[in-house]
Amino acid sequence: MIELEGLTKRYGEKVAVNNLTFTVRPGIVTGFLGPNGAGKSTTMRMMLGLDRPTAGDVRIDGKHYDQLKDPFTYIGALLDAKAMHGGRSAFNHLLCLAQSNGIPKKRVHEVLDTVGLTAVAKKKAKGFSLGMGQRLGIAGALLGDPRILMFDEPVNGLDPEGIHWIRNLMKSLAAQGRTVFVSSHLMSEMALTADHLVVIGQGRLLADTSMADFIAQNSRSYVRIRSPHRERLLDVLHSAGITAVETGNGTLEVDGTKPEYIGELAAQYQIVLHELSPQQASLEEAFMQLTAESVEYHAHADTPLEQPQWGDGWKGN
Amino acid sequence: MSTPQPQMPQAAPTTWQASSGPSYPTYTSPIPVLRTHLGHAIASEWTKIRSVRSTMWTLGVFVLLVIGIGLAAGALVASNSGEESLAGENPLSFGFFGLLLGSMCIITLGVMTTASEYGTGMIRTTMVACPSRGRVLAAKAIVFFSVAFVVTLVSALLVALADVAMLEGAKEPSAQEWLKGTVGISFYIALLGLLSLVVGSIIRHSAGAITIMIGLVLAPLVIALFMFSASLEDLRQALFEYSIPNQLSVFYSNSLTETGPSGWDPLWIALGVTAAAFAGAFALLEKRDV
Repeated sequence: MIELEGLTKRYGEKVAVNNLTFTVRPGIVTGFLGPNGAGKSTTMRMMLGLDRPTAGDVRIDGKHYDQLKDPFTYIGALLDAKAMHGGRSAFNHLLCLAQSNGIPKKRVHEVLDTVGLTAVAKKKAKGFSLGMGQRLGIAGALLGDPRILMFDEPVNGLDPEGIHWIRNLMKSLAAQGRTVFVSSHLMSEMALTADHLVVIGQGRLLADTSMADFIAQNSRSYVRIRSPHRERLLDVLHSAGITAVETGNGTLEVDGTKPEYIGELAAQYQIVLHELSPQQASLEEAFMQLTAESVEYHAHADTPLEQPQWGDGWKGN
Repeated sequence: MSTPQPQMPQAAPTTWQASSGPSYPTYTSPIPVLRTHLGHAIASEWTKIRSVRSTMWTLGVFVLLVIGIGLAAGALVASNSGEESLAGENPLSFGFFGLLLGSMCIITLGVMTTASEYGTGMIRTTMVACPSRGRVLAAKAIVFFSVAFVVTLVSALLVALADVAMLEGAKEPSAQEWLKGTVGISFYIALLGLLSLVVGSIIRHSAGAITIMIGLVLAPLVIALFMFSASLEDLRQALFEYSIPNQLSVFYSNSLTETGPSGWDPLWIALGVTAAAFAGAFALLEKRDV
């Protein structure tokens, strides 16, 4: 179990993590979601005692990370797959980590086997693909057979087979009663693995809810209608007690009514329809809506107005 | 997982809410729990230092420089001097040139022991594995210092024995001279490496830390060489006397000047500077984010 209480991190004027309070519980996969630069990695580094919080507190099973005498049996973390010396072999990388926690050499072979790297154990890490590096990082996290596992963007750079493997690994680890905390900026990925969601944006807590609740609240289903006789259709829908919303481009959206019923209604009044389609707002859209105001790095769709033109500098002369 | 693990029932949502105590189902590992100590960190750092090829390369070049230049200097002197011209000379002193050049390798290795982990990001993994930052620095220092001291001592001893055998005209070194010219100077070189390790931990950047250390070794002497003004004579003298090459030569009782450090002074100076830098590095390590 990981408990955060008012956790805050400031870098000068900039607030990277702002008063975060939530609990990561055992037995489930908790997804930690937020756009790039939302403060996910900073939060994870504070959990692991790497960064000192400006204010607030974070505890691992009731203790501060630096009070842990055998940290690997409490928590295993994958922060950055490339955070290793490229000249060291996979085996020696894991061995030095194991030794620092008094874990027997036998266990290194076991975790290499678990992640499927036994064949390349003697190879240098710098020759590894991103996916192999990610697996090696996960092997390191599993060394102490810990109660808590923390993965920062584990599916980055993995092929579909690797993504599938990680998903199943996280689920099975949680099913054994462990606490699994995994960060991502992809809602679609979380929807497949996480049981619980913690969403942050610009360092602030935006949501702390179960995945099921999030889906129920945010996956709006509606019917999209296009018709050349928009005014008549609106009247007909209105008299049938159905509220339609105009969304521009001549399309109407209707919530909470089956498309079959609308089709029958249109047929009854002989209204031509160009489109009648059931729609479902994706979780990705719901997530984007939730974090829209807190996205730090917006991509601008339109070009800036005051773009300097070639030769502008001559005009004053 | 190949270890047998108890299959825990998945927690029902209601039990999470009341899980302030240890009532929630949690995973218990079959691996025995161990309280870690400095010994574990030392074992880990030993694996780290021996498992990268650059360590072997750096030490290999060091041994080659110290032994190669030491023997060459001895042979050159032996072939160019008569019986009388060497009288009263300390035959151990011809190991100086190899050790001065070789110290660059020890400096590099020292810096790499700490700074390279910041370059690769490995330091985060290291600090997660061992949350006691002071313990990590101490383990690195102990492992590196031992390696540097042993390798330097063996190389210096070989050169000393060979040079004493080659230079028959020179005087027989006293026990004190033997101690200073082998153990003493090896201790000094290893301390120089330890200072580099500490500077690497402070600067967190390999190239920057190596530059600083090489500057520290060479700059005072080079600057002093070009101080022609008489009004700077005192400063020039001090720079000469306390420059690291001159401190090295004190171990052979061959100082550039009659004043300045003598006897075991260089060792105490190096110990003081390294201890102060170590304290600074320790304080910074505790204060800064990794």
